[in-house]
Amino acid sequence: MKILVPIKRVPDPQTNIAVKPDGSGIVTDNVKFVINPFCEIALEEALRIKEQQGGADVVLVSIGPKVTQEQLRTGLAMGADRAILIVAEEDLDPATAAAVLKKVVEAESPDLVLAGKQSIDDDANQVGQILASSLDWPQATFASKVEFSADKKEVTVTREVDGGLEQVAFALPGIITTDLRLNEPRYASLPGIMKARKKELKETPLAEYGVAGGAKVSTNKMASPPKRSGGRKVETVQELVQLLHTEAKLI
Amino acid sequence: MAKVLIFIEHAHGKLPKTSLVAISAGLEVAKRNGLDTAAVVFGKGIDGIAAAAAAHGVGKVVAIDDAKLEHYVADVYAKTLAGVVKQMGSTWVVGAATAIGKDFFPRVAQLLDAGMASEITAFNDDGTIVRPTYAGNVLSTVTITTPTKVVTVRGTAFEPAPKSAAAAVEKAALPADVAGRMRFVSFNETKSDRPALTDATIVVSGGRGLKSGENFTTVLEPLVDALGAAMGASRAAVDAGFVPNDLQVGQTGKVVAPQLYVAVGISGAIQHLAGMKDSKVIVAINKDGDAPIFNVSDYGLVADLFKAVPEMADEVKKLKAH
Repeated sequence: MKILVPIKRVPDPQTNIAVKPDGSGIVTDNVKFVINPFCEIALEEALRIKEQQGGADVVLVSIGPKVTQEQLRTGLAMGADRAILIVAEEDLDPATAAAVLKKVVEAESPDLVLAGKQSIDDDANQVGQILASSLDWPQATFASKVEFSADKKEVTVTREVDGGLEQVAFALPGIITTDLRLNEPRYASLPGIMKARKKELKETPLAEYGVAGGAKVSTNKMASPPKRSGGRKVETVQELVQLLHTEAKLI
Repeated sequence: MAKVLIFIEHAHGKLPKTSLVAISAGLEVAKRNGLDTAAVVFGKGIDGIAAAAAAHGVGKVVAIDDAKLEHYVADVYAKTLAGVVKQMGSTWVVGAATAIGKDFFPRVAQLLDAGMASEITAFNDDGTIVRPTYAGNVLSTVTITTPTKVVTVRGTAFEPAPKSAAAAVEKAALPADVAGRMRFVSFNETKSDRPALTDATIVVSGGRGLKSGENFTTVLEPLVDALGAAMGASRAAVDAGFVPNDLQVGQTGKVVAPQLYVAVGISGAIQHLAGMKDSKVIVAINKDGDAPIFNVSDYGLVADLFKAVPEMADEVKKLKAH
């Protein structure tokens, strides 16, 4: 079983994000970067499948600047087998990222692609689905549970949807994107970190992927949303209810 | 041939608010660009829904009634919608950013070689589009550069389209070649008599501070029901198993913007705020006066929720009894 896990380097979700004064992007000075939380959950699931099935080839891939090596080494330390870094200085839109990943899938022929449902920077929630469609593969997004058939050739995935939990099934190969409650990712162990140094991390420039055409969605500028004022305190429940009635006129 | 196609979701024979929001967004983009609109409805036994969808201002409804569309699956629905778009030569495809919209619209975009902007909140006069990024801490202005444009719209960003005179309903056949490999297995729907989170004017959400699922029932629900509200929850409460996943409000859960949002025992993490900071009035009840939620609340009460919430439920009932 070969599992491809795309991961993305993103600002730590706890960061107080600020927009540059000229609106050209976010301020990145002193910002810590991490593996996108949903991608980390995807990697963790791949590692659990590897453990449960007594072996699997878990391959990481990331598209990003050279420093993305940090995130790939962390992934290798957690237990992935090897990593591919497609070096790109610019941010790619979801369609372009998916087009590049399609080439990786064609080269690697994984049985399963396990990806995060969205990256917490762009929040687009598209790459996994675009990739699946471009391969004419089935997909199961927002996965909260993944179960394999006895012969390991089919998966049944429980998905978190608006009204509750849905289950879909398909024969591999296919794509699963992860939601929050699928698992809790492990920390890299010290032996894991040591082993990671010897695992293969291959770098290729983006140009080698020959993905034609420009971005299908381009970002013109960024701005901060209107700031919400708050902080007014009330002393008692009675005061609160009175104000909601007379002032806010909501009850 | 309709240039702006609006995908209409339905459940239990009804049009949810999100579908009416999608219609509004579709009507707006059509007006801005001088185009006509059609709503598209899929399913089995959908005459009633198609008729309902026709009465909110669209130019016409295209209904595909087929056993293969009875249960939503991403690959079949995507191929079907892309097929309709191609047949009609539409240049815009609009849907609500619901679990279904998010799941299959990117596939539709790929089949049409079109750019897609997810969960948009506004159309600008210059043709650019606004969407929230970084958990809503940044508003990104984007341009879809392809001739065909696909968007999902945030359910809180447009007013639901009001009722109007009924347009025609056209029945269409399932396009050829829409088969897929996905199999729908089951849907475990959470049953509730309360308003849906995304539809409600008042939302009361509980967090980790409630300490147990039982407390949601005995402590929070009386307040929820006294206010006739929908009930929501923070990620922490769902992770802890206090309540089911479909109550989660947040960056990757439901985004709500009710008239009144009451956050009980919720600290106010960035990701939770992303799901509710556009609420008209925010009330916070938390025993930690330093909780970040108080930075965004219009009325904050620093108190023990186990005392304050039952008290508030009583006060509300007294008020309503007058």
